[in-house]
Amino acid sequence: MTSSVTEPTQPITRRAIALVSGGLDSMLAVKVMQEQGIEVEGVNFFTGFCVEGHTHAIRKKDQDKEKRNNALWVAEQLGIKMHIIDISEEYKDVVLNPKHGYGANLNPCLDCKIFMVNQATLMINKAREFAGDRGFDFIVTGEVIGQRPKSQRKETMPIISQESGADDLLLRPLCARNLPATLPEREGWVNREELHDFSGRSRKPQMALAKKFGLDDFAQPAGGCCFLTDESYSNKLADLWKARNERRYELDDIMLLKVGRHLRPQPHYKLIISREEGENRFLEGYRYQFTSITTISCPGPLALVDGNFQSDEELEQAAAIVARYSKGRSLDEVVLEVRSPDGVARQVTVAPIRPDAVPSAWNVG
Amino acid sequence: MTEALHELDVRRMLCPMPVIKTQNKVRTLATGDCLRVVCTDPGALNDIPAWCRINGHEVLETGEAGNEVFVVLRVGEDNGALF
Repeated sequence: MTSSVTEPTQPITRRAIALVSGGLDSMLAVKVMQEQGIEVEGVNFFTGFCVEGHTHAIRKKDQDKEKRNNALWVAEQLGIKMHIIDISEEYKDVVLNPKHGYGANLNPCLDCKIFMVNQATLMINKAREFAGDRGFDFIVTGEVIGQRPKSQRKETMPIISQESGADDLLLRPLCARNLPATLPEREGWVNREELHDFSGRSRKPQMALAKKFGLDDFAQPAGGCCFLTDESYSNKLADLWKARNERRYELDDIMLLKVGRHLRPQPHYKLIISREEGENRFLEGYRYQFTSITTISCPGPLALVDGNFQSDEELEQAAAIVARYSKGRSLDEVVLEVRSPDGVARQVTVAPIRPDAVPSAWNVG
Repeated sequence: MTEALHELDVRRMLCPMPVIKTQNKVRTLATGDCLRVVCTDPGALNDIPAWCRINGHEVLETGEAGNEVFVVLRVGEDNGALF
């Protein structure tokens, strides 16, 4: 038997995909959407330059601190699913050829944001194709006008929307009321009046909103979450390109720039010298790719040689530098082993180089 | 004792790669399948279980052996495949 009574139409639950860095702003943006009944899933992109836990993971002295992936932690606090996507390969073009240029260091923040919103746009298009109604209706970011000098400015907001292809499907709940209404607002999926009008570098509005939501534990990295905003890291990357005579990198290159003391005694080789046990262990994994130097006659660091020696004198110079950072630094002689990636090793005995014989110009970073 | 049906070696990878590789592997598995992930980044002992909690997978066992850590999980109802 069929009923002739018309069932009341259930309101459609609108779904958004949110760019979640693990910081406070994107966390608040998601929360604002949830308060309006929007179902949110998060996406977090791995570029290879993420500060996220790497130093903690590598350095032994940091291992007492609590380690967590902030994006996952935020997802758990908010009760949302999280997709973590490795974009490190595609991201190279953003770093090497940023259409909108770099910020204070080698940070291509505007191109980066456009790229990430574009990735999210591709995701919602693909989801619509495969999942139909269970796809996503729009994209959410935690951007705030004036918050970041390179990417988050009044004039960059429409550029990000347009060049990413998201157009008016991109909603920034924390500053939406300072911007033209987007499709989710015009269609009434979200109430514009309950969105925010944050602007400027002050963190006070975010802190007040966090308090209102009862959020009291969140990550607030001072320099953002990307190593490219770091001057020393950018200098090391620029040095790498200069030494290679071309602007390119592999994932291992940019990981190694996060570790150890980097010294370049000659244009054609650089030493990456571990500073403690955790770094030692990390560099150990690269000995099959690089020539490495270790001390034999006393405890000391592990050093990788990025490049090639052109003479025995250069090899001995490198050994003397590594010896200078060993326990035998004040001895007359230190025995070291120089091992090539194929495992062939030779021993050398050198006098550790004197501290004043290490020019500051050798320090990369 | 837990018997793992599938193995994933993510040694030497740093956060968040162990999670990404786990996520991508799980997307190819079926509900109820077990996966043993071996890592050298100790952070994975926090991150992979957190990822499991968020996405509805069950952590059966975690542990450490020397410089390595491992997580054994059972795939939940939704393997997370997006498309």
